[in-house]
Amino acid sequence: MLLAIAGHLVIGLGLPFLARRWGRAALIVGALVPATALVSVLLISSGADPAHPAQETLAWAPLIGLEITLRSDALAVLMTILVCGVGALVLTYHASYVEPDDPDIGRNAALLVIFAGGMLGLVLADDIFSLYLFWEITTVCSFLLVGGDGVTTRSRRSATQALLVTAMGGLVMLLGLILLATAADTFLLSEIVADPPPAGAVVNTAIALVLVGAFTKSAQIPFHFWLPAAMVAPTPVSAYLHAAAMVKAGVYLVARLAPGFSALPAWWIPVLLLGVSTMILGGLRALRQNDLKTLLAFGTVSQLGFLTVLLGSGSRVAALAGVTLVLAHGLFKSTLFLTVGVIDKRTGTRDVRELSGLGRRWPVLAGAATLATASMAGIGPLLGFVGKEAAFEAFTEGGLRQRLVLLGLLIGSMLTVAYSLRFLIGAFGSRPGKSVEDVAAPGGGLLVPVLIPAVAGLVLGFLPQWVEPLAGDYAQAYPAGEVPYHLALWHGWTVPLLLSGLVVAAGVVLYRSSRIIGMFTGRWPSALRAEPGYRSVVAGLDRLSRTVTGRLQVGSLPVYIGVIIATMVLVPAAGLLAGVSQPWSFRLTDVWLQLPLAVLVLAAAGGVVLAHRRLTAILLTGVIGYGIGALFIVEGGVDLALAQFLVESLTLVVFVFVLRRFSPAFRQGPARPRRIRWSQLGLASAGGIFVAVLALVMSSARTQMPQASQEYIERAEPEAGASNVVNAIIVDFRAFDTLGEITVLVVAAIGAASLILAAHRERRRPSPAGNSDGAGNTRSTDAFDGEEVLL
Amino acid sequence: MNEGELRGAAAERFWAGDIPREHWLVAQAEPSGWPRSLLLEMCLRIVFPTVLITALYLLFAGHYRAGGGFSGGLVAGLAFVLRYVAGGSASVGRLRISPQGLIGGGLSLAVLTALVPVAFGLPVLSSAFWTIAVPGLGEFEVATSLFFDTGVFVLILGVVLNLLHTLGDGVQMGQLENELNDQGAGELRT
Repeated sequence: MLLAIAGHLVIGLGLPFLARRWGRAALIVGALVPATALVSVLLISSGADPAHPAQETLAWAPLIGLEITLRSDALAVLMTILVCGVGALVLTYHASYVEPDDPDIGRNAALLVIFAGGMLGLVLADDIFSLYLFWEITTVCSFLLVGGDGVTTRSRRSATQALLVTAMGGLVMLLGLILLATAADTFLLSEIVADPPPAGAVVNTAIALVLVGAFTKSAQIPFHFWLPAAMVAPTPVSAYLHAAAMVKAGVYLVARLAPGFSALPAWWIPVLLLGVSTMILGGLRALRQNDLKTLLAFGTVSQLGFLTVLLGSGSRVAALAGVTLVLAHGLFKSTLFLTVGVIDKRTGTRDVRELSGLGRRWPVLAGAATLATASMAGIGPLLGFVGKEAAFEAFTEGGLRQRLVLLGLLIGSMLTVAYSLRFLIGAFGSRPGKSVEDVAAPGGGLLVPVLIPAVAGLVLGFLPQWVEPLAGDYAQAYPAGEVPYHLALWHGWTVPLLLSGLVVAAGVVLYRSSRIIGMFTGRWPSALRAEPGYRSVVAGLDRLSRTVTGRLQVGSLPVYIGVIIATMVLVPAAGLLAGVSQPWSFRLTDVWLQLPLAVLVLAAAGGVVLAHRRLTAILLTGVIGYGIGALFIVEGGVDLALAQFLVESLTLVVFVFVLRRFSPAFRQGPARPRRIRWSQLGLASAGGIFVAVLALVMSSARTQMPQASQEYIERAEPEAGASNVVNAIIVDFRAFDTLGEITVLVVAAIGAASLILAAHRERRRPSPAGNSDGAGNTRSTDAFDGEEVLL
Repeated sequence: MNEGELRGAAAERFWAGDIPREHWLVAQAEPSGWPRSLLLEMCLRIVFPTVLITALYLLFAGHYRAGGGFSGGLVAGLAFVLRYVAGGSASVGRLRISPQGLIGGGLSLAVLTALVPVAFGLPVLSSAFWTIAVPGLGEFEVATSLFFDTGVFVLILGVVLNLLHTLGDGVQMGQLENELNDQGAGELRT
């Protein structure tokens, strides 16, 4: 399984190169990847005992307990069939759909295959961190695929919207999963669900957070608006990501966790309430669409609500129905989207008001679409009908909660029937006075991928016992009812069958009167609309960040340094000084040479403060540096002294380079106001005194050599083969630190270089001069930071 | 042909291999118009290799005495700084060393050294050392951490050269451009 996922990612990265040479054939190669993965996962899981599903673990950071654990239980296998099967179909279809000279073939092929790998990982992952990782891979792929080449504003906006909503949800979900894992004391989802942590505030919060993640991904109220907007993507992409695979991730997560938590109010209240309302809202919105693809998108929103309710409600029959419908939905929705793709490609429009007479012209396509639509509407003998029967059965018994949910589901299903009719008649029906001009019939490359899932829905409708093992296996997590329920086309004259008939009849009536409904549903109070809410949240964040940046980044070097010094003095001072318990032991000198050196350093420091010319100040700073180096030598720190001397020399030279761009004297204009000068003096003195006191206190607190130092000295010779302990520490004992430091150095050097060189490029353009001096000052300081890092 | 002529020809042949391929001094004038000191430049041509050798010495000696990759790299860098101060950017630019290449190479070397032990099943950054007896010279100790230190050396040298390139040349270019811009603006105004 690990190999299958890695194969997706690796081959996906290679596809752009393949596409450059082979063009559309790269998509076929891409289609082979999920197909192979599907076969291998099926082979792995078919041999395993259902009670102990196949499991693979890759410990990549065992010291901190991080590992990638994959587990192929019934739910995972079912999702794999959907993800890989539909993935292979869509990629094959894409090869016929795309123009041969499309420059984006390689990019889209790579993204689709990588997405398939991410999705496969998502459904197979058992530990929360892998789950989150794959979750975000799918989010990023979706962003890139929706955005396309990013030429139009609309595609950019839709892609950003999808990314912001789902990535935000993903982060929230991660937080919830971590809380959940901490409460359950394991990172493995299977163990969390098998032995759920006791209910409490933490678990309730965690559940709410995880549900936010699931709802954003599966486009539930109030996050549903991103899905219809994402339909700007090419149709094969929409068919795969936004119908069959990615949006199922949220539903999958709900299904994964429901066996452990469905009894908690924090779980079932949002799941049932939002699921039912999403189902109804999606259906209502779908009824009003003229664009076939948007109609399907709202239909998907509605169906996802349905699936969330079924899989989250926590009863055996509902789970059975949910899993069946997940499969059915993947099959019929991919057929329908691919059908829309064919229509769009051949006729150039997706508007139901423009299309006419296609049903007679393309009987095969119309037949496939009819099968899929019937499955969507829940009409026998298709898989959708089998699932819907089970769904109604699940809620016919029970208390008020079940009755209310059943009522919601009935209304939603009626709407589903109505918009299914709208889709089918809109796409293939004939309108008087309208006729699409003669269009070429779709070829086999387009038709076969449309037909396969449609026919599969029909075959599985007759053979629900093929679905039963997987769905039943998953549903076993719940206690069985008194009468065991099995998926079947015919249960006899039961209440669900009656309800199904009622729903179909009411749906037809609703479709007939959809114009009247449209008049009512067009008027939502704006406070209830989700998209303006999203926009105002984004705008508010934008404003906040502008305000914060404006306050913090004032562009004045003295202010920055002042803030840094003040923070340094105020924050750690109290803590550090409070921690000192020993009395200060204070020696004047260790060696008499220290005394004249100290006097030299002090005199130079005083000179720097009083200096008027920049060069004088810098030379005096150099004297301070060399004096301190000399003090190191006196104390016996030869290595330290060497480094100090060298860096001091280099710093001097660099200062001189920079000085060429400054006026020789510090200040030429009028002196600063007295208030500012005094506050600067006070701040500088406070900083200096703080450091001095700290040095005294800290050095006197250490009465003898720490244990670590002794170890270093003892081990340097035998273990590192070095007689220079300092060097042994730098390149051997703490080489990891050194590696980090030189990396910082590289980043600082690149940063400084790019800032300085970028400034020139800016200056090359005609720009108002004047602010270059202050900016130059900041830049040179950056460059020095890099130099001081190692010390 | 007498013996003297023969020896002269031999000497000529012998010394012919030692003619420097480059000129000792850059003929090109400094664009910034810095005053050049002939004495400084000549001395530097002689001192430059010595400083580099010192830098290498510091690198190799670091394991036993004061020194190490950081100090060695700084000394080597300072050698180039001296060249820059004496001969200007042309004398450093003529060497055709890419600072970016040095930085990247140094970091790669250090990271590779860190990762090599993994191939032998040891933790990252483990080190080993061997004592090798070279006939006539005595015993040597070779430690793998020397490669790590060499990476640091090369990286620091690259950083210093990068600094010379950006702060030295870059600032100079900036000044020139500013002057040109000012002139251009002045011409426009008049």
